[in-house]
Amino acid sequence: MSDVVKGLNRQQMADRMAFEFQNGWIVNLGVGIPTMCSNTDLGDVDFIYHSENGIIGYGPVAAEGEEDLNLVNAGGQNVTMKPGGSVVHHADSFGIIRGGHIDATVMGAYEVSMTGDFANWKLKGQKGGGIGGAMDLAACAKRVFIILEHVTRRNEPRLVAKCALPVTAKGVVTLISTNYGLFEPTGTGFLLREIAPGLTMDEIRATTGGVLTVVDNLKTVKLAG
Amino acid sequence: MALKSKEFGSFREAIADIPDGSTIGFGGFAMPGVAFNLIDALLAQGAKRLTLVGNTTGGAQVPRMPDMGMLVENGQVAKVICAFTAATRPTDVLPFTKYYESGECDAELVPQGTLAERLRAAGAGIPAFYTPAAVGTELAEGRETRVINGREYLLEYALPLDYAFIRATRSDTFGNLQFHRAQRNFNPVMATAARVTVVEVDEPILPLGAIDPDQVHCSGIFVHRVVQVPAEPEGLWPTRRQERRR
Repeated sequence: MSDVVKGLNRQQMADRMAFEFQNGWIVNLGVGIPTMCSNTDLGDVDFIYHSENGIIGYGPVAAEGEEDLNLVNAGGQNVTMKPGGSVVHHADSFGIIRGGHIDATVMGAYEVSMTGDFANWKLKGQKGGGIGGAMDLAACAKRVFIILEHVTRRNEPRLVAKCALPVTAKGVVTLISTNYGLFEPTGTGFLLREIAPGLTMDEIRATTGGVLTVVDNLKTVKLAG
Repeated sequence: MALKSKEFGSFREAIADIPDGSTIGFGGFAMPGVAFNLIDALLAQGAKRLTLVGNTTGGAQVPRMPDMGMLVENGQVAKVICAFTAATRPTDVLPFTKYYESGECDAELVPQGTLAERLRAAGAGIPAFYTPAAVGTELAEGRETRVINGREYLLEYALPLDYAFIRATRSDTFGNLQFHRAQRNFNPVMATAARVTVVEVDEPILPLGAIDPDQVHCSGIFVHRVVQVPAEPEGLWPTRRQERRR
């Protein structure tokens, strides 16, 4: 994947999602672009990162040479601990997830449907796949945020009427950040809430599956807290 | 009378009795908490037709350390129960994938939280439980579900282990364990699910009483054998991960 794509770069896609985080939230970041939410400067917003392996309250990636090799986030990166952090075992960590204590989970995906289904664990024709904690998080987090590139390498939509790939969970996605803008699955379509700088409505219409609607007074994507 | 010490002098001796056909759980998540030295010893020990239980078959990270996938490549494994039979990033390739696709090794793919809870249930005397994870997905097809208070749940069964291989920072001679940071992960739960839990320990084994009972993360009642990990190069330790170019 390259950063030379239309609209927002990967960090900006992550930044836009991170601006949704509110005071007091417990947030789980998935592997890939979602991890980049931890680079976003959110000023005074007071929230906590949870990782599937039971790390609660982790901070930025450790500086080179200062890594604790027994401290990683879900992506295996050597992160740091923030003051007030804590550690639980895996069964308790997923108790936190299933128990509804995660305010938002941010994940990558191959496809999202207008009914809020999404697919991120198995490619077409693949035997098996990589589920990790995605199905537990998707089924149980209060909000499921998806960050993905708007189109495939063949310029086909990833926002679709119905997922063609096996789904991770049904009807759970609340918000989508792509390089083209910020979208909300409404059940009957995708609502464009913010448009990326440099994109036209024609381009978005041509590359979005299902039904597209647009908010009144459409603004460009918010890129600063 | 003092409690009998569970300390073993070598990894080889600590796993010598593992028979063919055993079900073995492997703790760890990424590098922390993986019993590299015990896996390495099992490769040499050679038990066959094993069922392996763990988060991933491994092998996507650089440098590669001993993982479940190596036991598969060594022809010792009939089946793997895990949350990844393929990598999340399509560009990463798990060595296990080709053994699974060719049918040489079977696999049961389980959501990570369901895997942890199936192990917890096995150790806690719960034969099965309902979870919302995987409802409405391919994994739930043809399986028992139930609607409770208006929400659909999937029935999952406890997953008992014959052996568990885990890693801890500190142990006393009875096997009371402490883990450092993310080293904990699946490890205490694996220990409760296993008939025989074998632990490799970072620090010298401590005398009884050296660990404050309030600070024990996994009680020694769940631990049967402990071995201290020697310094490098004889012992295997977590390494700094090298970022792959994307």
